[in-house]
Amino acid sequence: MTAEQTVVTYGGAVNAALTRSLDERTETILFGEDVALPGGVFGITKGLQSSFGDRVFDTPISETAILGAAVGAAMMGRRPIVEIMWMDFTLVAMDQLVNQAANVSYLSRGNVKAPMTVRMQQGSQPGACAQHSQCLEALLTHIPGLRVCVPATPQDAYDLLLAAVWCNDPTIVIENRNLYFGKKVTIMVGHDVQEIGGSITRHRGNDVTLVTWGSMVAPSLEAAEILEIEGVTVDVIDARWLNPFDTLAVCESVTRTGRLAVVHEATLTGAFSSQVVAGVVEAGVPLVAPPVRIGSPDTRIPAAPSLLGAVVPNVSTIVEALRRMVTRED
Amino acid sequence: MTESLLDHYRVMWRIRLFEEKTRDLKVRGDVSGSVHLCIGQEAIAAGALGGLNRSVDVVFSTYRGHGYAIASGSDLTALFAEILGRGAGLNGGRGGSAYLSDPDNNFFGENSIVGAGAPHAVGAALAGLFDGSNRVALSAFGDGAMNQGAVHEAMNMAGAFGLPVIFLLENNRYSELTPITAMVGDVELYQRADSYGFEGIQIDGNDPTVVLDAVRSARDRAARGGGPTLIEAMTERLVGHYVGDVQQYRPAGEIDDAKTREPLVISAQKLLVQGFDDVELKSVETQERDRVASAASAALQLPFADPATALEFVYDS
Ligand SMILES: Cc1ncc(C[n+]2csc(CCOP(=O)(O)OP(=O)(O)O)c2C)c(N)n1
Ligand SMILES: [Mg+2]
Repeated sequence: MTAEQTVVTYGGAVNAALTRSLDERTETILFGEDVALPGGVFGITKGLQSSFGDRVFDTPISETAILGAAVGAAMMGRRPIVEIMWMDFTLVAMDQLVNQAANVSYLSRGNVKAPMTVRMQQGSQPGACAQHSQCLEALLTHIPGLRVCVPATPQDAYDLLLAAVWCNDPTIVIENRNLYFGKKVTIMVGHDVQEIGGSITRHRGNDVTLVTWGSMVAPSLEAAEILEIEGVTVDVIDARWLNPFDTLAVCESVTRTGRLAVVHEATLTGAFSSQVVAGVVEAGVPLVAPPVRIGSPDTRIPAAPSLLGAVVPNVSTIVEALRRMVTRED
Repeated sequence: MTESLLDHYRVMWRIRLFEEKTRDLKVRGDVSGSVHLCIGQEAIAAGALGGLNRSVDVVFSTYRGHGYAIASGSDLTALFAEILGRGAGLNGGRGGSAYLSDPDNNFFGENSIVGAGAPHAVGAALAGLFDGSNRVALSAFGDGAMNQGAVHEAMNMAGAFGLPVIFLLENNRYSELTPITAMVGDVELYQRADSYGFEGIQIDGNDPTVVLDAVRSARDRAARGGGPTLIEAMTERLVGHYVGDVQQYRPAGEIDDAKTREPLVISAQKLLVQGFDDVELKSVETQERDRVASAASAALQLPFADPATALEFVYDS
């Protein structure tokens, strides 16, 4: 395939990566609820069944069977790409990820692999109920044996998904439905598939290191722009991959800034931000201010927009937290 | 007291008009989030509640559950208020359209996880063995939910223990955008009850009297210790899976055909045969239209849920 530019939304980038995967890796099969004939509830898998026929099919509303069949087919040498419509629905089938997929390579001492990719999307949206709103990445990052990425841009939606498909470990790609229909942007396609892992620094600064992923990348960048006007410059690191996590890049940045903030939409207790802070502290990087974690408070997620607004972090909560962080020590 | 067909007709109009109003509010931008209407399926909720003993029996439904709330007797203003994110909503705005509940009326609520309510009904029935209530628990869910592990486990356990549960399957032929016939090896879903060791029946889910009779006899049997029943109520959605669904997956003419046999149409035909006239039927509709309209305008006047309350009730305080 030759590298070229294309103009797509985030959702279009996912579709492009799936098309390429099905095209180049003939051992891939793609299945999930409403993904084939209807093209997905968000239209992300549109056209794949007509292009790839029987390798793309709809399933019953049976998440255990979807994930379990992915494990079984992967053990036999297929490379399944499955969709769980909402991250919240993985919970009815967690066994297949945690007790099953994650053990395949380990138990067989590497002789059997489960090279499966599980796409899902997570996050809140005004009016979405508590069972369709959660950010649960930390449930998966806790599980050795699973790879987890959280693409935040169209380019990453393309690159990370391909890396996930090419990777021989069970890999979870956590998308976000608020991003699917964003602006069309120019991305590169057709280039070499990347290895899994690696962060991107999306804004450069010297005063604070802000680590974030997924839905909080855009508000964090906006916050960084606002702070820059006030003379506070921020390194905004989009983690992209939570497993493997780019601790090195974070530590290098904090070594320069002395301050670490981690921003995510998930509720705070047991969140992956705790792991990021622990990684920096354990590495012995000196801090000039206590690290700050910005996330949703420990609550269920309400449907009413007025209540939701009081829960999920936004540009101003990030700006305020970082202001407090820098003035505290100045 | 047995409800008459006219009573059902009234409740069905109430549900229909409530749903139409909700759709308008959603389209207008007053409602945030997904809205799943039960337009075309009103006879099931209306009939089912008539077959229960409302003082003790409890109901668990799905996200397509506004009809169950209404048939259970929920206050229409509080119901609209919930959907509109107001503090005076049934759940203070926490649930929204797809996850609301009204325990005061024995409606233990909607559920936005497909199949998750079925085991709750098993538990509610189980509790009845210990609390002396002789409660019967009804779990309503869709055809697609029949393929969910939780429903299988719930049915097996209810069958094994002979629990007083009514599994009310609303077969509207589609699970989201996919026809159920493509997703099961045997389309006669009610027959699965056989293998769980209890009775399964298939009924016309568009006739509230048929639904009432089926639920009532299932209830009688359950209350006598005869165990669960699976009732497959055949019906059709006259609208999309959610408001905004363009329904390209539905064959041309399907909805128009369905409109000739939908609950309000067939009930009106029967009532005319029973001797009611058009004027009487029209006045039921008009009264319900007024009732729904005034509930909606009252709800729209209520304040949005107070952000300061967002973190309350996560735990017992
Ligand atoms: C466990 C789970 N998987 C998937 C979904 C997404 N989903 C919501 S409604 C629905 C279709 C359900 O169809 P059916 O049970 O027939 O009920 P209907 O919507 O027709 O009333 C699906 C797949 C979900 N909410 N929960
Ligand atoms: Mg259905």
